[in-house]
Amino acid sequence: MRLTTTGVAHNFEKSIVGVIAKEALPPDQRTRAIRFVGPNDAASDADLMGYRAILCHDELHRDPGMPYIHRLRESDHLRDGDIVVLEGRTGLVRSLYRPYELHHHLFVTERCNSNCLMCSQPPKDRDDVEALTERNLELIDLIAPHPPYLTITGGEPTLLGDNLFRLITQLKFSMPETELHMLTNGRTFAWPKYARRFADLDHPKISLGIPLYSDFAGAHDYVVQARGAFDQTVAGLHQAARNGIRVEVRVVLHKLTIPRLTKLVEYIYRNLTFVEHIALMGLEYTGYTPRNIAELWIDPYDYQDELEGAVEYLAVRNMTVSIYNHQLCVLRPSLWRFARKSISDWKTLYLPECETCSALPACGGLFQWAVKKHSDHIHAISSPQPCVVDQKCWST
Amino acid sequence: MARAFYPLEQFAGAPAGFHLLPFRFIRMNGKELLVNEAGEFLFAPPGTVQGLVDERLDTSTDLYRDLKAKHFVYDDSSSPLLDILATKVRTKFDHICGGTKLHIFVVTLRCEHSCDYCQVSRQTATRGEFDMSTSTADRAVAMMMDSPAREVTLEIQGGEPLLAFDVIQYIIPRAKRLAKEKGKNLDIVVCSNLACVTDDILMYFRDEGVKVSTSLDGPAFLHNKNRPRPGHNSYEKAIEGIERCRAILGMESVAALMTTTATSLDYATEIVDEYVRRDFHSIFLRPISPYGFAIKTRHRTGYEMGRFLEFYKKGLAHILDINRSGYRIAEVYTQILLTKMLTPHGTRYVDMQSPAGEAWNVLVYNYDGDVYASDESRMLAEMNDWTFRLGNVHRDTRRTLFTGDSALRMFHASCNQALAGCSDCAFQSYCAADPIYHHSTQGDMYGNRPTSGFCSRNMEVIKHLFSIIEENDRETMRIFWSWITGECVIEEVVECA
Repeated sequence: MRLTTTGVAHNFEKSIVGVIAKEALPPDQRTRAIRFVGPNDAASDADLMGYRAILCHDELHRDPGMPYIHRLRESDHLRDGDIVVLEGRTGLVRSLYRPYELHHHLFVTERCNSNCLMCSQPPKDRDDVEALTERNLELIDLIAPHPPYLTITGGEPTLLGDNLFRLITQLKFSMPETELHMLTNGRTFAWPKYARRFADLDHPKISLGIPLYSDFAGAHDYVVQARGAFDQTVAGLHQAARNGIRVEVRVVLHKLTIPRLTKLVEYIYRNLTFVEHIALMGLEYTGYTPRNIAELWIDPYDYQDELEGAVEYLAVRNMTVSIYNHQLCVLRPSLWRFARKSISDWKTLYLPECETCSALPACGGLFQWAVKKHSDHIHAISSPQPCVVDQKCWST
Repeated sequence: MARAFYPLEQFAGAPAGFHLLPFRFIRMNGKELLVNEAGEFLFAPPGTVQGLVDERLDTSTDLYRDLKAKHFVYDDSSSPLLDILATKVRTKFDHICGGTKLHIFVVTLRCEHSCDYCQVSRQTATRGEFDMSTSTADRAVAMMMDSPAREVTLEIQGGEPLLAFDVIQYIIPRAKRLAKEKGKNLDIVVCSNLACVTDDILMYFRDEGVKVSTSLDGPAFLHNKNRPRPGHNSYEKAIEGIERCRAILGMESVAALMTTTATSLDYATEIVDEYVRRDFHSIFLRPISPYGFAIKTRHRTGYEMGRFLEFYKKGLAHILDINRSGYRIAEVYTQILLTKMLTPHGTRYVDMQSPAGEAWNVLVYNYDGDVYASDESRMLAEMNDWTFRLGNVHRDTRRTLFTGDSALRMFHASCNQALAGCSDCAFQSYCAADPIYHHSTQGDMYGNRPTSGFCSRNMEVIKHLFSIIEENDRETMRIFWSWITGECVIEEVVECA
């Protein structure tokens, strides 16, 4: 699903964040809203008063004397209640938050101190911290209703410095019941003072998702393109745990991580026993991945032995493990109960062969960008389908 | 502008040299088994250790990377992460923190059984003479609650403790009250042969949340042979008692322990089958303790450790078969060792720790107020060997118990890290020091490993388990893990319409 559109902006320079209102609101409810004027929406001047800004799909024939963007290229994706940011200089309209989705994100920076070969969100070397922090503080203020889960992502969030603490404090204040998950490379947490300070935020429901790609330092460092990253990440995981911060380990599966996968999960069990979840994730064909595909690609069909071994290793040890971004038809049926529908709604795609598949309702599908590169073994599963049942549980 | 990518050699080149971290090794099954300071192990090809010592192991191999990832070596290309290793070692020793957890109260020496292997029974004694007095009970409970441990277990035994049920009824409410005052969690277990149990007693146990541990040596002919009592009906009494316990206290509230006598050695499968028939889900294939009357009656009960090991292996194989057929039953000693070998944790099992669990993790309060380092120490005392009597509840405090000559002499021999024959043993971190066993069998708390039954038993059992682990049969490993975690194995794929 579309995230951005552009039009022609007038009457403002700085970006404006607000909630889309497709219908007219009573005057006292307009201060947080951006009024969207549709094709057949005959709004008078008075009808447009008091909003943060005006969006209009077509040409707005008179200047309402307030920030507005008109002549949008697309607007079908904008729904009532969406939170968007309008850019005055470029006329860009970016959707930041859509209440009806299952997965919600707070994107905090494009900067990163790693440069992973398969990064889906390649970092940019420009300082966006202040601008994005201001935008996100406004966004947090506008989000309603509060979602059960919210993922803080980047880039590397800890590069925000104090601004990250501002954001989390704000989240703790305005939606304390929302479970926060922060995707970070964990390196900054290697500094005991940082980990302690983060823990001192005392957010009741925050956890970290930290990637680890090998038990062998050099191999991890190569994947993330940063020397010493393994040492920092492992130390960071320990500092986090020592300070009572909950952590998840994430492993992206590709040709560089598969060979030592069993050894990596053994390393996690013996050295990072405290992690509360391990996510084994399929490669996303986006960002840097297409550039490095020759080095990264292995058909998931061809790593089922390694994946099954790793999952079995963790599961019998009572470690919680999940498989993300995999299609059921490519996974061994023994692994189905670990597979999660992990792909954000707007990124999900199903192929033509999926239409007749009997496992479709349970399948997480593909990333939309997988249309260009996916397993050669995707196929419709016909009935009677294999299904996973619990073996007779040993009585105890 | 997009950033550049750098080649593998910039990050993962082979280092010129490496440094060793502490580890021990043993040659077995044509391989070298290396074990590091935190109990992590690696099967490596012959010659690996020599290559490490000579610093000529190829640092570009997967073997080298395995050794590095498992904290056997480190090199200058990355941090040795010693903090992480330290955390792992600390985790392994976590069980020694927190103070004495298990407190055994010998409420009476009287018993109506006359078992050959028993150390201390007094069938002829009149009531009172060998029972714990109220003043001794008061002092013992107070001393128990002086332990800094947050979780404490009160284990009431004898003799046959139910013959002194009035003492039990005196102790339990006092222990509960004091535990509550001091903010401790209290578990209570009564060890009884159940021959004299009544529904009234069991209802009292139910109301007080008391668990029961009993003896079951095997099928009727074996149990009754091992455990004579007037009427030759020990087995029938035990089975009846177990069923009444289950009916009144619940299935999980009664456990059974067996003792392996010379006669038992020929009946490994029959003993296991008896436990299954009686719906038990754990069994402890325990060798007889070389203490007390068991030494006097060695001609009838004793045997060579080699014969016990055959018995253990046969029993374990049979137990694994039963598990494969879908009935879960764990062998307790295997479960303890596997936890030490395969997990980052130690165990609370006091007889298999280094520093030895005696005193640190278990104290025994005898009926007369004497305090011993373990139940075995008390049995020695019944043979007039007072070496491990730490003091008396009427004269000592927790501090004087732990700083007395008896305790200090024992502590010196309590760490296998510092015992000849153990300090360089590959299995050190899985095994234990047992000064009481070695004092009893060899007249020397430090002991001589080549002639030690403790050593030969554990070496052989651990080697046997490593051989099974190395085979890495998926189903066997699942069974082992179900014993370690207590979780059942699930997930099977079926075709469903």
